[in-house]
Amino acid sequence: MLERALKGSPGYWWLLGSLLAVMTVGVVCYITQFNEGLKITGMSRDISWGLYIAQFTYLVGIAAGGVMVVLPYYIHDYKAFGRITILGEFLAIAAVIMCLLFIFVDIGNPVRMLNVILYPSPRSILFWDMIVLNGYLFLNIIVGWNVLAAERKGVQYKKWVKFLAYVSIPWAFSIHTVTAFLYAGIPGRHLWITAIMAARFLSSAFAAGPSLLLLLCLLVRKLTKFDPGKEQLRTLGGIITYAMILNCFFLLLEVFTAFYSGIPEHQSSLVYLYAGLDGHSRLVPWMWTSVFFCVVALVLLVIPALRRNETTLALGCVAVFIGTWIDKGVGLVIGGFIPNPFHKVIEYMPTAREIIICLAIWATGFFVLTILYKIAISIKEEVGVTNH
Amino acid sequence: MTVDRRKFLKIAGLSAAFGLGGKTAVDIFAPGELFASAGSAVPVATNQKKWAMVIDMKKCLEEQEKGKCNQCMAACHRVHNVPNFGDNIKEEMKWIWQESYEHLFPSQHNEFISEDVKEKPFIALCNHCENPPCCRVCPTKSTWRREDGVVMMDLHRCIGCRFCMAACPFGSRSFNWGDPRKAPKELNPDFPTNMNYPTRTKGVVEKCNFCDERLGVGKIPVCVETCQNINVHALIFGDLNDPASEIRKLLHSRYSIRRKTELGTEPKVYYLI
Ligand code: SF4
Ligand code: SF4
Repeated sequence: MLERALKGSPGYWWLLGSLLAVMTVGVVCYITQFNEGLKITGMSRDISWGLYIAQFTYLVGIAAGGVMVVLPYYIHDYKAFGRITILGEFLAIAAVIMCLLFIFVDIGNPVRMLNVILYPSPRSILFWDMIVLNGYLFLNIIVGWNVLAAERKGVQYKKWVKFLAYVSIPWAFSIHTVTAFLYAGIPGRHLWITAIMAARFLSSAFAAGPSLLLLLCLLVRKLTKFDPGKEQLRTLGGIITYAMILNCFFLLLEVFTAFYSGIPEHQSSLVYLYAGLDGHSRLVPWMWTSVFFCVVALVLLVIPALRRNETTLALGCVAVFIGTWIDKGVGLVIGGFIPNPFHKVIEYMPTAREIIICLAIWATGFFVLTILYKIAISIKEEVGVTNH
Repeated sequence: MTVDRRKFLKIAGLSAAFGLGGKTAVDIFAPGELFASAGSAVPVATNQKKWAMVIDMKKCLEEQEKGKCNQCMAACHRVHNVPNFGDNIKEEMKWIWQESYEHLFPSQHNEFISEDVKEKPFIALCNHCENPPCCRVCPTKSTWRREDGVVMMDLHRCIGCRFCMAACPFGSRSFNWGDPRKAPKELNPDFPTNMNYPTRTKGVVEKCNFCDERLGVGKIPVCVETCQNINVHALIFGDLNDPASEIRKLLHSRYSIRRKTELGTEPKVYYLI
């Protein structure tokens, strides 16, 4: 099936070529980081995790979000999603690959990476995160590939594949729960130590992942002969709406607890993020941009007429993606370090090289995604799932 | 080939038999392999000691009044090859340093506290917590609590994920953002300052180790010794399990506070005020 990735239109090659160009620049930047150390980033003793870990956190959500098409198909026997489960699974593969790369570039001593396996430490959440992420990657590769191969031959996939697909559903929940536990279990970082963290992570994941998937579906319909289907898009829109409402609700719950209880430690990070603290307010415009996009998303998604209109639905998905990205891919991780353990505000500013490395990893993800989607869609076109 | 911890301990054990110091021994038995490791880290847990430190802030501040004293900090950083980055807080490394009262005890602060107390420089270092979150989160067991209560750091195993830095509620950990040997020469003219203690590679976390390399040979931490040598005795080190120890007596007779006890990490650095 792989050979299908090798035949394509000029547009396909242009896309791969430009992604490859971004990746190359990223590799060059990474080599300088490898030689000089993480001092080339904006991180410091006080903000010891930055954009890398924030992107990682966000992308675990995108990966987990793929399950929102797999679950209705396998558990509720919602046949319509059968057409696009493969797109969800392949998106998950690309997202997990990006996650692993973001961890890799964040490690200060990548040559010692194997120590995580050589000295397994079950008390560390990072150890479990490694297990669930790699497990999820393999589950999606095996299930996605076998289902696609069966579809190509026009036969039903094997029983064990279905079994693995069932396993992958709770597994998707686990990757984001464990990732939330990275934050929710450490004392002294008040923005993070909240029991609702895993729930917040899952809700934002189930809004952002399907949003990206929906946008990809629209793109696929435009560029290829494969149509993911009207009903499919509409159902996805409904899922995104519920998840996004929950996500915003959970955020407001945090605000209530922090400010009604009046406990200063619980307030200070939120104050820093949304109003600025001790005269430092670098993230304030970002956070209000996020609020703006979340509100726009809610308006576009909640009003039925707008949700059923594909243009406004697509805009709503873009708004979900941006709003949740800022909230989780910037604010949550960096905000957790501010103020620092001495209650001082030390701010963070990523460097150009750090940003380029991030972009290159996103490009790598889209590179993998393009190839996987190319294979999947060529097969769908061949077996003629082109009209609905 | 590199020296892993087990091999390191074997060499260290052998060398003890030959009466050699840790680094010398590695140089002999495995030349050139000791790049970054915990020095002569021989875990000796002699009759269940529980090491702790008491800081008599009264004495320390009296000395501060006479003139800015930085003897303990300078001695520690010299002995452990901790580079100085000056005003560059992005790459700052520190094992023991000063922090104002209001920042060291943020929740004790109140607006009527005199400006004087608020700004008073207190000594800060790793608390060698009894229930250390840094050790809990480490994915490679590079940082762990020894039987005698010292929270150790294996600089040779650490992968530099910095999870421990996020987990430590006391800001006690520093990261080698770059190669410490490339620290600015003007500020570190004779770096490494102690040839018998290893320098680190870039990309590993480090922190106060309660001078485990000195404890191993029956000496007290260098900061404590320095403070005694200048006749101030503001830093007192000892065994919490020994009711007759000086620190137990001090904790019994004077009022002491610890940092952020509400988090349950059980710090073992006590401040007498
Ligand atoms: S003070 Fe921080 S680094 Fe030291 S033992 Fe406690 S948690 Fe760990
Ligand atoms: S940075 Fe090193 S010591 Fe800290 S948690 Fe990671 S591996 Fe462990």
